Amino acid sequence: MIKFIHVTKEYARGEPALKDVSFQLPKAQFAFITGHSGSGKSTTMRLVHMAERPSHGEVRVSGFSSERTSPRDIWKLRRQVGYVFQEFRLLPGRTAQENVSFALQVTGTPDKQVRSRAQRLLSQVGLSSKTGSEVHELSGGEQQRVAIARALANEPLLLLADEPTGNLDDRATRGIMDLFWEINAMGMAVLMATHDLDLVRRYPSARVLELDQGRLVYDSHEGQDTNGSVD
Amino acid sequence: MFYTLRETFSAFRRAPLLTSLSAAMVGLALFGVGLFSLAAHNLKLALDTLEERVEIVAYLRDDAGTDEIAEMERALSALPEVMLVEFVTKDEALVKARRELPEFREVMTDLAVNPLPASLEIELEPGSRTPATVDRLAQQARLYPFVEEVQYGQEWVDKLFTLRRMGGVTATVLGVAFAMVAALIIGTAVRIAIFARREEIKVMQLVGARDGFIRRPFLFEGAITGAAGGALAIGLTYVTFRGILHYLFSIEWIPVEWVAAGILAGVIFGVIASSFAVRKHLREV
Repeated sequence: MIKFIHVTKEYARGEPALKDVSFQLPKAQFAFITGHSGSGKSTTMRLVHMAERPSHGEVRVSGFSSERTSPRDIWKLRRQVGYVFQEFRLLPGRTAQENVSFALQVTGTPDKQVRSRAQRLLSQVGLSSKTGSEVHELSGGEQQRVAIARALANEPLLLLADEPTGNLDDRATRGIMDLFWEINAMGMAVLMATHDLDLVRRYPSARVLELDQGRLVYDSHEGQDTNGSVD
Repeated sequence: MFYTLRETFSAFRRAPLLTSLSAAMVGLALFGVGLFSLAAHNLKLALDTLEERVEIVAYLRDDAGTDEIAEMERALSALPEVMLVEFVTKDEALVKARRELPEFREVMTDLAVNPLPASLEIELEPGSRTPATVDRLAQQARLYPFVEEVQYGQEWVDKLFTLRRMGGVTATVLGVAFAMVAALIIGTAVRIAIFARREEIKVMQLVGARDGFIRRPFLFEGAITGAAGGALAIGLTYVTFRGILHYLFSIEWIPVEWVAAGILAGVIFGVIASSFAVRKHLREV
């Protein structure tokens, strides 16, 4: 699903955000990327989403290579990769259903199907009773569920989650994590960035990749064969 | 297309104040252009009226034969630069002088002999009233032996055309300056409106919308904002025109093509500004 091959990411100023990072994430795997602030977690996520390109090395995601995918074709990759953020990034002034419908509409879902599919997605994340609520009327956990429903709109193969529980209390965090596991159980790979090690320890079956100052310093699955299911 | 139209109009519905302000800014920017157009058009009309008075008068000797005069009249009328040649007899010249110069009416009434010569008054086609053409035709008229003198007010014609050239250059420079200021204001107004919706653009990109799909509603919105601003500018210019006409002096309304060009300019500026602003945000993700 994801393959990082000696990836280094440098910016104009300061130290490189990532230094010679290599790893593979097979299909349907659940993995955490952990590390302190500035360790390179968000850069890794952005590279997977091809919001940025590596300075050296190559990133491959679901058959798309950072070396060969033109900016014009990135939309094709993004329909296969859902993205959830710490700050939800929902459109204010719209209802939960409108936020999910929006993602369906802009990716070309026929108008007749938009409403029913949005309702189904919101039911899937446990929000069937809140479809008509505006974003500001929802709790943090509910807003994140709407964001997850939106990320699932295109039935992606991979879900990226960048500190998705960072703004949530314990109860909401547990609910969101349960949801991620359910999604993963349906066969979707999940790559979640978090600095919360207590949260990571609660899910010992998940793979853990730890970054420190841009280097991959720990991989809980190191030595395991993951080549077969990449791409 | 249905999505594009729906998103465009729902954007107006969701942020009516912002979109109204954008259209108002566009309207005020184009209002400046409208006022300038009104002034430029009426200045042009005034110069055209002055220019119509440019004519060549060939004064004829008293012994000029009727056939000779008719031949000259025919020859001059055949020239493409000449619109009309009118023969004025000595008697007609005297009547005209009495009418146009009332202070000399008594002197002209007591005359035993009419001292005024017969003449040919040569009016020129609108595009031929230039100093060079006027001078060339005057030289041509002088070639006839029975022509006593040719007058066309050389100094007046030269001054008129200097004024026209100055007016043309000033109008062009000011017009370009007004248009540039309007373009900058329209660009800023549209960019502010799009900046307020940058999150929408990012979300669309994140979920995999194509750039063209993202861009379309914003371009449409820019076009509508520009058209609304253009219409507002025309309305304000018309109110000003009526005010001047009613309270100050008589002026003419600008040609309908200029009105259409004003609205079209608003639409084009709106689309271009939207295009640049959206492209900037598209590059951010």
